[in-house]
This record gives sequence, structure tokens and C-alpha cells, in this order.
Amino acid sequence: MTKEEVRAAILEILSDIAPDEDLSSIDDDKKLREQFNLDSMDFLDIVMELRKRYNLEVPEKDYEHLVTLSSCVSYLQPLLKNRQLVG
Amino acid sequence: MFYDALIIGAGLSGLATGIRLAMFDLKVCIVEKHTEIGGLNSFYKRKGRIFDVGLHAMTNYAPKGTRSTPLGTLLKQLRFRHDDFRLCQQQVSEIRFPDKSLRFTNDFEFFAQEVRDRFPGQTDGFQKLLKHIREFDELSLDDRAAVSARRILENCLSDPLLIDMILCPLMFYGSAREDDMDFYQFVIMFKSVFMEGLAKPQGGMRYILNLLAEKYKSLGGELRTGQAVASIDTRQGAFRSLTLSGGETLGAERAISSIGYVETLRLCRPPVAPEDPEAIGRISFIESLFVVDRQPKELGLDRSIVFYSAGPRFRYRVPAEPVDTASGVLCCANNFDYPEPLPEGLIRLTNLANPGQWDRFQRKEYIEAKKEWRGRALEKLRKFLPDFRESVVFLDTFTPKTICKYTGHINGAVYGSPQKIKNGVTPIQNLFICGTDQGFLGIVGATLSGISMANLHVLKSL
Repeated sequence: MTKEEVRAAILEILSDIAPDEDLSSIDDDKKLREQFNLDSMDFLDIVMELRKRYNLEVPEKDYEHLVTLSSCVSYLQPLLKNRQLVG
Repeated sequence: MFYDALIIGAGLSGLATGIRLAMFDLKVCIVEKHTEIGGLNSFYKRKGRIFDVGLHAMTNYAPKGTRSTPLGTLLKQLRFRHDDFRLCQQQVSEIRFPDKSLRFTNDFEFFAQEVRDRFPGQTDGFQKLLKHIREFDELSLDDRAAVSARRILENCLSDPLLIDMILCPLMFYGSAREDDMDFYQFVIMFKSVFMEGLAKPQGGMRYILNLLAEKYKSLGGELRTGQAVASIDTRQGAFRSLTLSGGETLGAERAISSIGYVETLRLCRPPVAPEDPEAIGRISFIESLFVVDRQPKELGLDRSIVFYSAGPRFRYRVPAEPVDTASGVLCCANNFDYPEPLPEGLIRLTNLANPGQWDRFQRKEYIEAKKEWRGRALEKLRKFLPDFRESVVFLDTFTPKTICKYTGHINGAVYGSPQKIKNGVTPIQNLFICGTDQGFLGIVGATLSGISMANLHVLKSL
């Protein structure tokens, strides 16, 4: 997956988790937590969706990388570069 | 067949646990003893009518778009839209005591103004109480020492009448403890009833339960109804399997039980340490449903819900007699903002009851006693609310015995054990509890309990 594809994949997960939020105006460098009122339960869902969709395990100590959209992309792209959607 | 997780009980908490686990592709099965789902919040059919059990109204109402409320959290975690729940808000409810009454709506400021108007001397104290409530993290899953809500109320408010009037609806809607509440439970209830508010789902409990069950099944979850758990089999202190009453054994990594803490431990084989009698819930209710031949408003019953006490001091305890008629809750289902009026007038009356007394009645006595105590409760009610007895076209009453029969909760204790296990942990490894005894109450609370236990004990540890 390219950086662009990883970004799109995260946005797709966010749109499933927060269906009422307008993601078109997302600021890649602002904290997701603040932009979309996400809490720890939402971050668990992001991690669970990554596991379900891409078979990717994010250990709890790495949750800190999932702060902004761009930090998510930087952290996840090396891990996802050889992966595709499961099934 | 080996499962990632087995869930005992298909009430709101069990269904919510199931949805969360099935959503992330875990192999999960819910085992429900009764032929209908719902547990403490269910429904039943009589003469072509469907009645809700347990539900007067759903607490925790929050408008669309409020994600950080309990209802908002529930919706997003189970991936429902607000509209899916088809919530119809209350109009005006009331706490009615002999000399004073306080009304409340889903706008908290309305209630705060009522308190200022009726208890002008308590304004500062009430503000102090609100500050305590707002700053408290009632949803923490850490077990902390119990703090008496009464003591904190007495620290803030000097008028015992106001204290009792605030406690009355909150106890009726969620206290497993007599005469007092643990402060965190008080805060949960205060926020859910007064600061958030009351609503009813269009289509009743059956609609909400079907919504959850359909989602669960569409995610691949398995639901077995009409199958009781005969034993929870353990080995060296760890969960192994469930044996069903038909003899079948289901193995799993873990089990989450929604049937109550003591109720769960009683099923464990080999048996676990002797149980603490203090952990057994005793608070139960008798409830009568009255179908009336006109809208309750035409009978002068214009509130959504009335929480009443016939005396100036409100006592919330197991009565010595079968029923405590001195206080109660009267709910007029019609006085909620449904898009179209309900076809019939429906009034429900709830009073505290003594489970032991109802258990001891033989069949004939039991039926007589239901009639007698229903009559006594109505007679008492007539002194301060309009009499609707002439308009009743159908009625039905259920007691602690009925609740115990259909839900398996000892004593028909609808709020479960007075000792809550907030982290859901039991003495058996990989056996957890959710639901009433985990400590989040009401429809939204029970559902959130299932969600948080699924997250804490399963999803986070995968």
C-alpha cells in the first residue's frame, strides 16, 4: 500500500467508526481525538479494524502513534506496505 | 465446537457483548434460558397486546450528535444511528410528595429552576451538589470504597425533604441498596435521569431487542434460546465449558455471564467459595399494567411519570408486608412524544415489594394477593392522583416471583446485588460478568456494561 492508500484506508475506518462526522474537512496534522471527539473506545476500534481488515496487530505501546492522521500514516505505511485487504 | 467466547443471557448486556465480539470476527454464542430474549428488560404478550417488562422509560436520553454521552457511546460502539433507536422523549415528569412537588423534563435547567423555586433556601447547596456530580468520574471501572450518597447529599443540602425528593426517582430507577446509594451509582442515576433524560423507543422493548439481535446475527453471532446453562465447568480455577440442560457441552476460551454475580457462581462446578449473603439482592417490585379506555390526559393524568411518596419521608426498603403502598411510580406511556398517539391508554404502577412474602403464597392465595395489593395501591394513589379505576379495560400484575421465574434473578431483584463488581472479574479465570451486577444500570447502562466488558476482557487482550 502506498501512503495515499494507507491514508484512504484510515479514513474509511474512521467513517465507519464515526459515521456522523464530516471527514472531508480533516486536518492531517491535528489530533484526531480533538477533531472528531474520539475517545479511548474509538481508538480501540481503529486498532480492531486494522486487525480485522489487514491482519495487522498494533501493540498497546504503539497507540501513541495514532494521534493525527499523518502520524497514523507514517506509523502504518511501513507495516502495511506489503498488505492487502483480508478476504 | 469451540468458541472464542460464550455469553450467558440474551438481555441487553449479553446482546451488546455479543455484537462487539462478533463485529471483530470472534466466534461467539449466546445461550438464553428463556424462549424470548431481553432478560430484565423484555416484553410479553397477553390477549393480543404486547407489554414491556422493566421499561417505564429509557434513561440517558441525549439528542442526536452528542457522541460523548452514554447513549452516544452506545450508538457508536454498536454502530447504530441515533434514528435507529426511534426515541420519543418524555413531556413532563414529576416527583410528588405531600407538600411539595418538583417537575422535570429533558432540559436540566427546567429542573434546576424548579428546585430554586420550591426550595429557595437550598439554592447554594444544590449548586454545590451539582459541582460534586459534574466533577465525578462515575464510569471508572476501578473498584473504590463505597461512599454514601446520603452523606454527600446531607453535606450539601440542609432540607431532608429535598434530599428524599431527589433520591426517590433515582432509587426507584436503579438502587439495589436500601435507603442509600453508593455515590458513584447516585451520580450515574442523577445524570441519566435529570441531566440527560427520559424517552421511550417507538415499538417498545421488542423493537430495541430485535434491533440488537438482528445486528448480532448479521455479524455471524449464534443465539440459542430456550436453552438453560446447567453448569459452568471449570478446571483448576479456570473456565472450560458450559454444560446445557439438554446435556450438550460448549467449550470456549472464555465466558461472560449476564445473569448476576451470585447466580453465576452458583452454576460453577466444582463449586466456588461459599457465597456472601450480603451479596444477594433483595429489592424487587410489583408492577400493574392498566389499559384504559381513553388517553390518560383525559383522566387528568398529564405527566409522563410521577414518582410519589405519600409520606414526607421516603423509605426505600424491602417492606414487611407484601407491598409498600406508601410510595411508587406511575407511568403513562401515552405521555411521551410519539409521532402518532398510541392506540390505547396505558398506565403502569410500580411499588416496592417483599420477595419472600410473594414466594410463600400458594397459587390461589397468590392470585388473591395480587388483586388485593393492587387494589390497596390504587386506593392509596387516589388520595393525590386522579382515580382511573372506572376506565380500566384490561389489567395484569407481575410480582417478584414472576420476575424471578423469567429472569432467574434471585428474589426477582431487578437491580441485582448491592455489591457491584465494576471490573467484571470473578474468582474463576476467564469467567467474567456483565449487566446489572457489573454496576451500570438501566437500558443504556446495561448495554454499555456489555460493551465495556467485551472491550476490557476480550478485545483488548486479543
